[in-house]
Amino acid sequence: MKYLTEFRNPELAKKVLKEIESTITRPWKIMEVCGGQTHSLVKNGILTVLPKQITMLHGPGCPVCVTPLHLIDKAVYLALEKEVILCSFGDMVRVPGSVKSLLEAKAAGADVRILYSPLEAVNIAKENPDREVVFFAVGFETTGPSNALSVLHAQKLGLTNYSILTSHVLVPPAISALMEDPDAQIDAFLAAGHVCSIMGYWEYLPLAEKYKIPIVVTGFEPLDLLLGILAAVKQLEKGQHKVENQYARMVREGGNVEAQKIVNRVFETGDQMWRGIGTIPGSGWYLKKEFTAYDANRKFTIELEKANENAECIAGDIMKGIKKPYQCPQFGKNCTPQNPLGAPMVSSEGACAAYYNFSTMIEEIKLT
Amino acid sequence: MKNNKSLFKLQCPAPKFDFDIITLSHGSGGLLTNQLLESGVFDLLKNEKLDKHHDGAMLEFNGSVAFSTDSFVISPIVFPGGDIGELAVNGTVNDVAMCGAIPQYLSLSFILEEGLPISRFWDILVSIKYAADKARVIIVTGDTKVVDKGKGDKIFINTSGLGAVHPKAAIDIDNICAGDKIIASNSIATHGIAILSVREGLEFESDIESDTCNLNHLTTALLDAFGNGIHLFRDPTRGGVAATLNEISKERNLGILLQNENIPVEGQVKAACEILGLDPLYAANEGVFMAFVAADIADKVVEILHQFEESSKAAIIGEVTEEHNGKVLITNQMGGTRVVHIPVGEQLPRIC
Repeated sequence: MKYLTEFRNPELAKKVLKEIESTITRPWKIMEVCGGQTHSLVKNGILTVLPKQITMLHGPGCPVCVTPLHLIDKAVYLALEKEVILCSFGDMVRVPGSVKSLLEAKAAGADVRILYSPLEAVNIAKENPDREVVFFAVGFETTGPSNALSVLHAQKLGLTNYSILTSHVLVPPAISALMEDPDAQIDAFLAAGHVCSIMGYWEYLPLAEKYKIPIVVTGFEPLDLLLGILAAVKQLEKGQHKVENQYARMVREGGNVEAQKIVNRVFETGDQMWRGIGTIPGSGWYLKKEFTAYDANRKFTIELEKANENAECIAGDIMKGIKKPYQCPQFGKNCTPQNPLGAPMVSSEGACAAYYNFSTMIEEIKLT
Repeated sequence: MKNNKSLFKLQCPAPKFDFDIITLSHGSGGLLTNQLLESGVFDLLKNEKLDKHHDGAMLEFNGSVAFSTDSFVISPIVFPGGDIGELAVNGTVNDVAMCGAIPQYLSLSFILEEGLPISRFWDILVSIKYAADKARVIIVTGDTKVVDKGKGDKIFINTSGLGAVHPKAAIDIDNICAGDKIIASNSIATHGIAILSVREGLEFESDIESDTCNLNHLTTALLDAFGNGIHLFRDPTRGGVAATLNEISKERNLGILLQNENIPVEGQVKAACEILGLDPLYAANEGVFMAFVAADIADKVVEILHQFEESSKAAIIGEVTEEHNGKVLITNQMGGTRVVHIPVGEQLPRIC
């Protein structure tokens, strides 16, 4: 458990907290980009111990939350109507589509399988040559290399029954979109450590410069998060706007070059629809033309009516940090993890579910 | 303990059956049902109550009796550290033990799927016998049904159990009060993670074995020593510690405060949870119980539990509070606090 226990050391955490307290002189709003960071902030009770001047805004970095409704409908359609073996990451299966979630499709007889790795889906395709196998390739830059690799792997094996349904989203264009949004008020970003371990942080340098905003690449353990917050606060107090790397044990400026090569071979960028937020230019990865045979979107004829989001869900405002989950009139009442109105209440990384599942007195603390 | 189990299995070789797989006729009540039972099952589970071959068992009790039932439908039916047979005995034995009773008699009902190899059925029967002997219970009545292929999943088992309540026991959720200490009898989450490690599509290599075991000797030892100082026993099976403690706090409208660093979790289990993005508090247990005890005896309870192999990691993990009624809270050493909610469904692995 090296690198975990050390970064959960309560004595060190208390020291960093003290330093944050002694550095801060005025209120600041800091957005953690990644849902994994939101989960950790709430799970470890960090929001209950931070100085009151700090408001943490929970960003859009939850892949489950931003996957468009119509794509979930497509996955359900493929599983139920086209009778494919639909493989998915675990937390995607409970997200409600406009009619059903994948879990409900499974209960209705669809062959839905939960996997850790898309390479496992390629194995399933190999073992079931008479069935179509579709992997629901969802995620940020982090899952890109393994999703891309699964396509290359299937190609190498000569499989014709494997394809992926992609919903890949990218962080830097989302940061730009947030900064251009007049409603969003963000003083600093904690960039997502896992995303940067693949992509590096060179893409963030021009963003910090353009928007005059500190960006700190941050990990996921309590000490990581506190050190990330401390670095952001120090910059803010001094009026700086640099890119800093708190997660240096995982992240290099250039990222994982080999992984990027695989991604670049298979994917190209394009405009991407983010659930609750809207279309962000250049914020998605799509399979290149030469891999059309592995693109479930083009391989299958999918006839679906356009579905509408639940009007009562304010997921967009939540993911842009404009509103807190408990400021939503539906939070914890008509919208709970058992009966979610929108995706942020489903994934354990979604801000609403994180607050619902773990928070205690956050409402009282932050509202006073 | 593992060696004892292997040795026991070697001592129970499968008898010679005239068939290799279970067919619908084995559940018809006719000749084949008879053959299945007579050529092995009755011999293996032999005891004077069962030997009567009545439709039911006639039993004698003085005083209060605890009664419980449970069905077992797990997949895979064999998992690291055990199988569905052991689970079916231990599960019901433990439910009776959690009432402060000493389990004595079990019923045993099978729903078999057509096509189940007899050899697998026999292995499970031997596990049942092993677990029953270890828990000192006897199987006094039972039933076998067979369903069409595809209408079941290899084997489903239902067991019911009876036992006389321990003379010194005063187990009652109403006896819990603020200040009570909560003790976990052993490391948590081991069973849930062991099962997950062999679940199709999610396999990962580990040495984690299910903790399935009978707990009645532990609860009896505690009742012998402390009687009504023990307020409640609960085994946190499905839904894990989080579900069990939430049920209790809501039922009594009392608060529960846990200390994260005191909750025993084995290193490998902890590591697997980290990698898979799971919380040990929500993982299933089959060989752990929670005891709510008077504060002044808590240390001694742990001391006694430490004398047994199955509870060598017992620890005080929290206490009952007057604040936060109906909620389970957990604190960490950093001073942070969070609510431990009741789980919605099965825990699902996260994307990244």
